[in-house]
This record gives sequence, structure tokens and C-alpha cells, in this order.
Amino acid sequence: MTSHLLLLIVFAALVSAVFATLARDEPRAQLRTGAMLFAGFVVGAIVLGWLMYPLPL
Amino acid sequence: MATKSSAADRARAAAEPGTLVLVCLAAWAVPGAGHLWLGRTQKAIVFFLALLSMFGIGLWLRGRLFPFEFGEILVTLAAFAGFGLGLPWIVARTFDLGAGVVTAVTWEYGNSFLIVAGLLNLLVVLDAYDIAVGRK
Repeated sequence: MTSHLLLLIVFAALVSAVFATLARDEPRAQLRTGAMLFAGFVVGAIVLGWLMYPLPL
Repeated sequence: MATKSSAADRARAAAEPGTLVLVCLAAWAVPGAGHLWLGRTQKAIVFFLALLSMFGIGLWLRGRLFPFEFGEILVTLAAFAGFGLGLPWIVARTFDLGAGVVTAVTWEYGNSFLIVAGLLNLLVVLDAYDIAVGRK
């Protein structure tokens, strides 16, 4: 498996699950926090990737 | 799943110093074991599945379980981070599963999965400690 995006998504999903479970006690709150963290990880990585695209200048 | 009162009872019992050490050791050795001990079954299942998945994927991606080489500071730090996962790390090192393939295209990804799994388990140990002493 060499897809960068797929590995990023798997990594983000697992890390988000652990962080959300650590931070919240109720399953519903865990799901909500986990989904927000996951979206933040994936969107943030893609945005950073595009911002770094012209580097090195 | 345990009820809230029984989970609270277990947490109170775990606040004894000797038991506290055992809870932290269990939490370190097997991801989720500390939470299971304290009656937080749902959290225990998530930690067990997520962290062991990360560890397995890291090995599958040909990442390396770094040894304790105190002359190399970054290798040593990576070793401490990986060691945070407890028994799975020890078993894998014993059976030479984490030799790593530096030429593999997924080498860095594998290392990231392995190192982060260990660091996350250390956070899980701290969380188990907080629950055991009644902070959470």
C-alpha cells in the first residue's frame, strides 16, 4: 500500500479515535469530537500540502 | 458494560498505592487493560483495537522498532516512544518483527505509526492513572 492519502486517512482515523475516547466520556460526544478531529487532520494536511507545493522556491 | 457505580467502586479501590502501580503497569503492558480494570470497558475496547491496529500497520509498512542505542539520541527517543506500547513492542522485538526496511517506500510511514502508537499508549496510561486517583 503506497497511497499517501489512504495512509493519511487511516492514520488520522486511528489517532482521532484515541484522542476522542481520551477526551470525552459519552459515546455521542466521542463520535462528534472524533469526527471533528478527523476532518481537521485530513483537511489540514491537504491544505498544508498545497501551501508547501511551491517549495523549495 | 459496567454500570457507573461499579466503575466508581473499582476506581476507588484502585486508588490504593499498590493497586495504582498495578493498574498503570497493566495499562502500559496491554493497551486498554487499565481502563478495563477500572470498569471503562468501552474506552478499553477502543484503545485496544486502535493502538494494536496502528502497531500492526506500522510493522506491515516495514517500519522499524528502534533499539535502545544510547549513542544515537534520535534512535533512543524513538525506542522510548515505541516501548510505550508495552508487551506488543517487547514480543515483536523478541521475534525480530520490527527489523524495518529502510529502502521501502513506506518506511517513514511505518515508523510514524509505530512511534505514535507508543506515545498514545503513554497518554492512555496517564488517563488510567487519573481515573484511578479520582481526577476523572
